[in-house]
Amino acid sequence: MVHVSATPVLALRGVSKRFGAVQALTDVELEVHAGEVVALVGDNGAGKSTLVKTIAGVHPIDEGVIEWEGKPVSINKPHDAQGLGVATVYQDLALCDNLDVVGNLYLGRELLHRGVIDEVTMEKKARELLSTLSIRIPSVRIPIASLSGGQRQVVAIARALIGEPKVVILDEPTAALGVEQTAQVLDLVERLREQNLAVILISHNMADVKAVADTVAVLRLGSNNGSFSVKDTSQEEIISAITGATDNAVTRRAGRRSTEAGQ
Amino acid sequence: MSDTSKVSKTDAEADAQSTLAPADDPTAAPVATVDPRLLVREEGFKGYWTEFTRKVKGGELGSLPVVVGLIIIWTIFQLQNDRFLSADNLSNISYYMSATGMLAIGLVFVLLLGEIDLSVGSVSGLGSTLFAVFVVSHGMNPWLSLVLAVLTGIGIGALQGWFFAKIGVPAFVVTLAGFLGWNGLMLWLLGSSGTINIPSDSGPVHLLGQSSFFVDQAIIGAYLLAGLGVVLMLVGNFSEQRRRKAAGVPFRPTSEILVRVGALAVASFVAAAVLNNSAGVSNALVIFLAALVIVDFVLRRTTYGRKVFAVGGGIEAARRAGINVPLIRITVFAISGGFAALGGMFFAGQTASATLSAGGGNTLMLAIAAAVIGGTSLFGGRGSVWSALLGMLVIQSIQTGLDLLNMNTSIQYMITGAVLLGAVVIDSVSRRSQKAAGRA
Repeated sequence: MVHVSATPVLALRGVSKRFGAVQALTDVELEVHAGEVVALVGDNGAGKSTLVKTIAGVHPIDEGVIEWEGKPVSINKPHDAQGLGVATVYQDLALCDNLDVVGNLYLGRELLHRGVIDEVTMEKKARELLSTLSIRIPSVRIPIASLSGGQRQVVAIARALIGEPKVVILDEPTAALGVEQTAQVLDLVERLREQNLAVILISHNMADVKAVADTVAVLRLGSNNGSFSVKDTSQEEIISAITGATDNAVTRRAGRRSTEAGQ
Repeated sequence: MSDTSKVSKTDAEADAQSTLAPADDPTAAPVATVDPRLLVREEGFKGYWTEFTRKVKGGELGSLPVVVGLIIIWTIFQLQNDRFLSADNLSNISYYMSATGMLAIGLVFVLLLGEIDLSVGSVSGLGSTLFAVFVVSHGMNPWLSLVLAVLTGIGIGALQGWFFAKIGVPAFVVTLAGFLGWNGLMLWLLGSSGTINIPSDSGPVHLLGQSSFFVDQAIIGAYLLAGLGVVLMLVGNFSEQRRRKAAGVPFRPTSEILVRVGALAVASFVAAAVLNNSAGVSNALVIFLAALVIVDFVLRRTTYGRKVFAVGGGIEAARRAGINVPLIRITVFAISGGFAALGGMFFAGQTASATLSAGGGNTLMLAIAAAVIGGTSLFGGRGSVWSALLGMLVIQSIQTGLDLLNMNTSIQYMITGAVLLGAVVIDSVSRRSQKAAGRA
């Protein structure tokens, strides 16, 4: 763990969310500190996406408290989350293929110079941003269509950073990428941590989680099923928490016997 | 036209240099390899040629089909009739292309969204009829009538856009209904009389008439316009170069600016000389050119234009970026309607009347063909308003040439249909090879 701040940037306390008859999230706790990468893992339907959407303001929470830098806040729409400083990169990157890299980075928040789009300043700042993140793409003036999947992913992440957020949520950033491109994206995640951003990383890939995350928060059937420090936890332990392999008739019996023996 | 793409090449050079020594990885520094996929342009004019062939192979045809097409068309017609390339005929082309060109400008907006507006012909006819009714039947001020007619066009476009954006009716169907409906309204307004003659001295009709020329046919007029265009481009390019230098981002070298401005200067001064040999620059053409410059500025330099391109390139991305997609769609159709009605004024100016046939026949097809031939894609997101000018040059050359050869309307329709099909085929094929080359 590299974080030093005591107060988490973002904390969820007992968050619940219900969709009709489905209890999607039950009493979920999550803390993210500045300069920390928290991996959010869980099986399909565990509630990872729902949790992320509550933070991003897509689904308002039913119960519980969201704390931002120690103070309770209400996030009811995506705009609220952006205003606080939460940037989300969804799995479908949603970039405009026909616009160039600069155009995509600044889409919807173009810099203006006397009411006219200020291409020069935008290009300058885009190059600065990409170079601080050590992102290497052929040119900031080529259309997104010309970039590879990994390059698009890093552009999408860089786009999230334009608004200078404090928390970055990455939804399966390496899911569709090859070996080399995955490494590039993981490098970028580490650079985000170096810049003291809080990162929530959703992933199915244990290798990626072990490689970059500081903490692993496991969700199972909509509630917390453990939070582990990556350094001191084996991959098997995490996987058993995800699949619930520790929670079956055998382990329950073993647990009962050990408590009985203790008495 | 392709300002940003040109800049990107110089940009690529600098980027390629920076990849020689990645700051974060000292071990990689001695390996002076350049990723072959990087868009590095060699120095000098040989570089332009390799860049050009690479783009053509990649399906980025730009205005190449237009230039080639124009040369072929002019050669054929000139061989058939040696009056085709005479100053008088070229002057005719420049005058008549303005009206349909206005429709094409509006269509460029719609095509950038990847949609189509089939009602522009009918709306232009309705615009000219409304104008005639206001002026002749109600005795209103001609300029006020013009404003009302154009506002009606904008309203019609907004209504069609609303059905498309809010109700979800395909644009093709909404505007097909408009194509019939607005034409019906025009016929109903014209009623039994069939034609309304507009006094040719009334404001806009006089301005857009066949005998109205920039600064009253003074020789200096044409050269003034050509000079203005060249100076504007020169100042614009050099001021951008200065700002880019100051900001430390790649800029276009002076030699390239001079070549580009030189090309524009030759083209515009030759055109001015030719038009002066005939009668001068018609006011209709001047207004058309002014509209092109304004719309080009709006599309490339304002947030509104950026939003139009974004919606055409990816609706989901645009929505996530906070762009109000329905609003953009409605306004784009409103712009198309407005330009259609304005084009109707040009038609009224040509004949000093509102007729049953105004905006009918193949007007719509010609306007669509012009925009597509000029290089604006039917699939959205790619194109420029200058395609309206280039495409209209081709289309109007064909129209005027066939008229000159006394071709039947039947032949004209068949040829126009074939040209439109050819343009769309080029668009589809170039899009496919762009996809194959990873650039679409």
